[in-house]
Amino acid sequence: MDITKLTIADLQKTFKEGALTSVEVTRAYLDAIEKKDGEVNAYLSVTKELALEQAKAADERIKAGQAGPLTGVPMAVKDAILVQGQTCTAASKMLERYTAPYDATVIKRLKEAGAVILGKTDLDEFAMGGSGENSAFGPSKNPIDTSRVAGGSSSGSAAAVAAEEACYALGSETGGSIRLPSSFTGIVGLKTTYGAVSRNGLIAFGSSLDQIGPMGKTVADVETVFAAISGKDPMDATSAEYTYQKETVPLNGLRIGVPKEYFVEGIDPEVEKVVREAIKKAQDQGATIVEINLPSVEFALACYYVIAPAEASANLARYDGIRYGLSVPSKDLLDGYLKTKGQGFGKEVKRRIMIGTYVLSSGYYDAYYKKAQEVRQLIVEDFQKAFSEVDVIFSPVSPITAPKIGEKAADPLAMYLMDVYTVSANLAGIPALSLPCGKANGMPVGLHIVGKPFAEATILSVASQMEAMLQ
Amino acid sequence: MISKEEVLHIAKLARLDLTEQEVADMQRDLSSILDYFDLLKKAPKPKHAAEARQTNVLRADEAHSNDIADDLINASPLQKDGYIQVKQVL
Repeated sequence: MDITKLTIADLQKTFKEGALTSVEVTRAYLDAIEKKDGEVNAYLSVTKELALEQAKAADERIKAGQAGPLTGVPMAVKDAILVQGQTCTAASKMLERYTAPYDATVIKRLKEAGAVILGKTDLDEFAMGGSGENSAFGPSKNPIDTSRVAGGSSSGSAAAVAAEEACYALGSETGGSIRLPSSFTGIVGLKTTYGAVSRNGLIAFGSSLDQIGPMGKTVADVETVFAAISGKDPMDATSAEYTYQKETVPLNGLRIGVPKEYFVEGIDPEVEKVVREAIKKAQDQGATIVEINLPSVEFALACYYVIAPAEASANLARYDGIRYGLSVPSKDLLDGYLKTKGQGFGKEVKRRIMIGTYVLSSGYYDAYYKKAQEVRQLIVEDFQKAFSEVDVIFSPVSPITAPKIGEKAADPLAMYLMDVYTVSANLAGIPALSLPCGKANGMPVGLHIVGKPFAEATILSVASQMEAMLQ
Repeated sequence: MISKEEVLHIAKLARLDLTEQEVADMQRDLSSILDYFDLLKKAPKPKHAAEARQTNVLRADEAHSNDIADDLINASPLQKDGYIQVKQVL
């Protein structure tokens, strides 16, 4: 049996039957990593000892009949999420030798569930990017076509799952960083409602936008992980009183909104064709397709690229070489800041810090930051209006499939445009999922399923039914 | 086109050291990005003011020990007697 093809649900069953042990499955994944990761480059660090230790402990639990759905299942963690005692680099020279002093809350919860952590995956530096190419340690490749990007910023997490180097992975989103790489590599990725999952232990980029989320082979797997990691955390003041409860929401009678603004010039016609075919399948099952308007989409990208860098400029100010991270020897305090940040941060990170500093600076704050916050509210209102008419929204995740490595790297604005459909959900704080729905030009295409705040159960149920039809 | 002086001013505020080449690249990149932001001028006003996203969440003022103080201090490159050492501030 091809061990690395098994889903979480498969493994749960197999462990219970005693046909496989967690140690066997973990070794299979470690072997896969050794064989393939030289090319794929999904992992920045492989935590072999930790994984085997956890697998052994999981096998004890399984034998004692005390296993949960995630016990013994090997997974990968985006290297912006702290795992105690392991390096956490954020794919930056700034944190190249930083060791995490504590576990992120999501890691604590997964450890309690008996998870097996295979390693830390590559990302765009400080989660800033849409392709994975901004990593200070080389980009992850798209396992479907290694001349192409995996998407970002959760590039390594997507590549690891798609290449069968992990059964599932944790990624994070600020502007589409789970959904875009999921779409590009053909896996399932969920961006949760802001507040549904604790941000404690996630290296901060844009605090009003950041969310950790699951990435996996199937909707059911992603649902299982979401149930385990979500819920209130006293360590994260922005986390919500929320408990996941599964729901069945039949396609028959469902109102699906399709935003007319998303299907305009710029979208790859092959991508549009695949997505429209998926929407038609839903219609054939009895769903009502409603064309909706989201006029604020026009401004969403500009709004995001004002707010996110502004928050990043504040969040990255802490990397000054004093308490942790890179510290360049210097003659005085200011010199230390300048040199440490100059040498520690990559090009895109510097660019975003500069944008953020500019839009918050005296004389420009009203025109940019204050205006962007108003536009953010406009986006919230657009979605509120839409969700009074429909239950979920379907669209492409991205106007394109995975570009070649280097194709977008020269033009930052072209790179930002890949996020045009995803950022609205982050700005509005609403949940959204990417479901593989076919291929265009040989590369995976993701169907974007967006829901109301805290409607993950609806999205997952709809996605599960779509998944069954799209097999 | 954003001026070189303006780029240097922002870099100083951000405490970022930029090479000559980086300053030139930043001028070009920032200019095109800031031009794109002009789009926001077209946006209408929202119907309502944004709801407060968060209310203050406070915890009781109780000390908890969690044993990571040493790890935190040890992460610093310059330490002395259990303190983090910094260069002269004033």
